[in-house]
Amino acid sequence: MTPLAAPNAVAIAFFILFIVLSLGITVWASRRTRTADHFYTAGRSVTAFQNGLALAGDYMSAASFLGIAGLVALSGFDGLIYSIGFLVGWPIVTFLIAEPLRNLGRFTFADVLATRLTQTPIRISAAIGSLAVIAFYLIAQMVGAGNLIRLLFGLPYEVAVVIVGVVMLAYVLFGGMIATTWVQIVKALLLLGGATLLAGLVLARFGFNPLALFDAAARTYGPGVLAPGRQVTDPIDAVSLGLALMLGTAGLPHILMRFYTVRDARTARTSVGYATAFIGFFYLLTFVLGFGAMVIIGRDAITKIDAGGNMAAPLLAEGVGGTPFLGFIAAVAFATILAVVAGLTLSGAATLSHDLWVSVFRGARADEREQLVVARTATIVLAAISIVLGITFKGQNVAYMVGLAFAIAASANFPALVLAIFWPRLTTMAACLSMLTGTVSTLVLIWMSPTIQVDILHHASALFPLRNPGVVTIPLAFMVAIVASIVRPVPSEARRFAELERQLHVGVQ
Amino acid sequence: MTPDPNLEAVSAARWRVAISLTAAMMVTYFGFILLVAFNKPLLGSILTPGLSLGMLLGALVIVVAWALTWFYVRWANTHYDSSVDRLRQ
Repeated sequence: MTPLAAPNAVAIAFFILFIVLSLGITVWASRRTRTADHFYTAGRSVTAFQNGLALAGDYMSAASFLGIAGLVALSGFDGLIYSIGFLVGWPIVTFLIAEPLRNLGRFTFADVLATRLTQTPIRISAAIGSLAVIAFYLIAQMVGAGNLIRLLFGLPYEVAVVIVGVVMLAYVLFGGMIATTWVQIVKALLLLGGATLLAGLVLARFGFNPLALFDAAARTYGPGVLAPGRQVTDPIDAVSLGLALMLGTAGLPHILMRFYTVRDARTARTSVGYATAFIGFFYLLTFVLGFGAMVIIGRDAITKIDAGGNMAAPLLAEGVGGTPFLGFIAAVAFATILAVVAGLTLSGAATLSHDLWVSVFRGARADEREQLVVARTATIVLAAISIVLGITFKGQNVAYMVGLAFAIAASANFPALVLAIFWPRLTTMAACLSMLTGTVSTLVLIWMSPTIQVDILHHASALFPLRNPGVVTIPLAFMVAIVASIVRPVPSEARRFAELERQLHVGVQ
Repeated sequence: MTPDPNLEAVSAARWRVAISLTAAMMVTYFGFILLVAFNKPLLGSILTPGLSLGMLLGALVIVVAWALTWFYVRWANTHYDSSVDRLRQ
């Protein structure tokens, strides 16, 4: 891999502008972050439209912007399968999760389970699943950030990882959820605006007719680019990936946490509606960006810069808008990484400090000051860990880690959460067993999969045939929860559910 | 604690809508995935220059996701919220 361009002045100017703007937001937010409620939830003052944008900003990672555009550019239709998979979890979040989560919890999704079940074992089990999701997601983002910034700005990998870690630390440490929310809003606007402009410039060359663009791609690279190809060979693997993407979205701790930043369940519902609209629009744009890069830049030119195709979108920006536009898109990609990493770190800090320290270790006897100190300490620890992990995994193939994070979220968090909301008979032991089974089985099966055994360790074959374990681990986690609840019923916990049913709909009054 | 019949009714209606819409989304999405997996030639058929059946259906999955979400938010804003407001009184 060679740098895309010598560090260009425009890219650096936009980059510095974004850093200055976001640190300005952080300074402003830090004056408003005085309690744990401010730190974790921005004082629950975020509006539906703002939270919709922030959810989109939290969710649309550089992997989806650069990765999917690259995948579409190199393999056509197959890349679209990912675009669609990343959207379809959002309706599920809307229908099943957002409102009950807001009504039953305070800071983290584990609150929902802890409200109706026994606090200590539940929070510890939920923390294991959450921290596993956050760790793998963070590694993927940090390694991606290092590579990306090296390609875009010509900075050394380690320097890039440290910059991302330190800037993100500043947002979360001083500005908490208020700063994180606004960074995510600004990022979402930049990303949606930048991608729309880029798609517009591409379509302008094809009479604003996407079909003319797709047809040009088919005429250059054969009609195969518009049809399913080699990416989806095994039907079970395809369904398994689909399940993990869909249900994993509904189990991502940093996404779930955002529903606590709004005033009430109604606002949470409206905000996830906006988020679905923005994210769907963005993934539709990736159709145009991917095929645009395929036709205007060409596959050879894309793979020459980066074999994985990750530079397709920036190259396309240079192709249709020249160096200044490349600089702008590079800065947008950087902002994208920062916003996602900040959201992940904040939710990790909430798990460590609120779920583990305050609720389990201190038995909920910590005052405001202590809660804030612990939350900020956890943030510093997580930022340091993410920098170390980012540097440790340098040069490793970590593309599977986002998939792994989604698979753990879908297997460890989603079944327990959805049963806690829906099913009166769920017991503490069943929920804990389900979350631990989901986490451990996903990790073991990924380790045994061809992704690790064949692609990374270069063994001849793998013990487990599927690359995506979701089709096994998600039903397994549901089954463990249901069987354990039926075998050892706890009537007092079922009665507690009946008491909470009113709160689930009406909220805390 | 005796069950409140009004609460039970609100709860049942809320879950009926949520489960139906979840099922609709899953059928749409996994229907698409299974077609991709089992009938590649069909999805590769070109409807009009530049548009294959697969791409049309893929875009439609996104449109269905929007439509179902919009339907839910509208239903909840009108029906569900007013019954929850009655529960509060």
